[in-house]
Amino acid sequence: MNPSPPQDRPQPRSLSDLFISFTLLALQGFGGVLAVVQHELVDRKRWLSREEFIEDWAVAQIMPGPNVVNLSMMIGSRYFGLPGALAALAGMLVFPMMVVLLMALAYSQFADNPGVAGALRGMSAVAAGLIIATGIKLIAALNRHPLGKPACLLLAALCFGAVALLHWPLLFVLAGLGTLACVLTWQRLKP
Amino acid sequence: MMLHMHPADWLDLFVHYLSLSLLAVGGAITTAPDMHRYLVDQQHWMSDSQFNSSITLAQAAPGPNVLFIALMGWQVGINAGSFAAALLGVAITMTGILLPSATLTYMASRWGHQNRDLRAVRAFKQGMAPVVIGLILATGWLMSSAHGKSIANWPLWLATAITAVIVWKTRIHLLWLLALGGVLGWFGWI
Repeated sequence: MNPSPPQDRPQPRSLSDLFISFTLLALQGFGGVLAVVQHELVDRKRWLSREEFIEDWAVAQIMPGPNVVNLSMMIGSRYFGLPGALAALAGMLVFPMMVVLLMALAYSQFADNPGVAGALRGMSAVAAGLIIATGIKLIAALNRHPLGKPACLLLAALCFGAVALLHWPLLFVLAGLGTLACVLTWQRLKP
Repeated sequence: MMLHMHPADWLDLFVHYLSLSLLAVGGAITTAPDMHRYLVDQQHWMSDSQFNSSITLAQAAPGPNVLFIALMGWQVGINAGSFAAALLGVAITMTGILLPSATLTYMASRWGHQNRDLRAVRAFKQGMAPVVIGLILATGWLMSSAHGKSIANWPLWLATAITAVIVWKTRIHLLWLLALGGVLGWFGWI
């Protein structure tokens, strides 16, 4: 069910390839890096399939710590072990941190500019659309799910309703719906 | 604001962030309320508005949102009076928040990869898939809701909807869309 990547699949060539790739991903990630990671690594570079991306994202989400940082380490370690994890982690953090600190230095001079505030508002509207498109694209990965697509869509809709509309705490939703989904899947999988 | 940070204070800051690290399930932002209690109310190391602008700036900047924590360490150091202290603050807060969670995630994902054929591991990873998709869509919805539900904000909702369709249906580079959103916002059109 979870085959190791086939040999003809594109892969990061080296640690510096990983570092540079994640640096570029992170620097494009206004309002969150998730959409960029999915778009670049799954749709463009094809290092991961949609199914693998969702599985990794599930683990990254469950583990404590920043999700995209967890995800970058997991992807890095998949190809190059601990050095790969550290290269991806550094790519995710080093240059973006310099940028954010420079922004902090400049902030006091531009904070009152209405153009800057407007530009941030426009970019955050686009960023929200990027995330929604990421979710829509990943629905295709449910086609071959052991529970069948209708049950999967129902679980996804329940999760959406609980978090987006009812504002339930993430921890409860993951513990409740997540456990239910995993138990049902476990029953369907052959031992 | 002028602080006198002693080595014991820096150590206290480090230990506090270490202790928050493993509690940050669902992202570092979930621990922000506790950071506010610690940095602003208890230690008086930064003002309320400095705390809030750290979060806002990090969300406006490229990169993972966890960088708001770097900005908090930076702000404590600036309040202590020097750029060297600010850099020390960044190193302390970021190492503190990342070291435990990154170590745990690394070990857990290695274990999961080595045992990927176990029925329980497969059930967990595949079972979580629909829930994860629901969560991603919810994240996008919550970010859109920050536009405000007022009818006057319909151009922002429209921009979000059009972006979602374009990204779903095409392989356009995401930066073009972000730049376009920034330009439209700059001129006050959305």
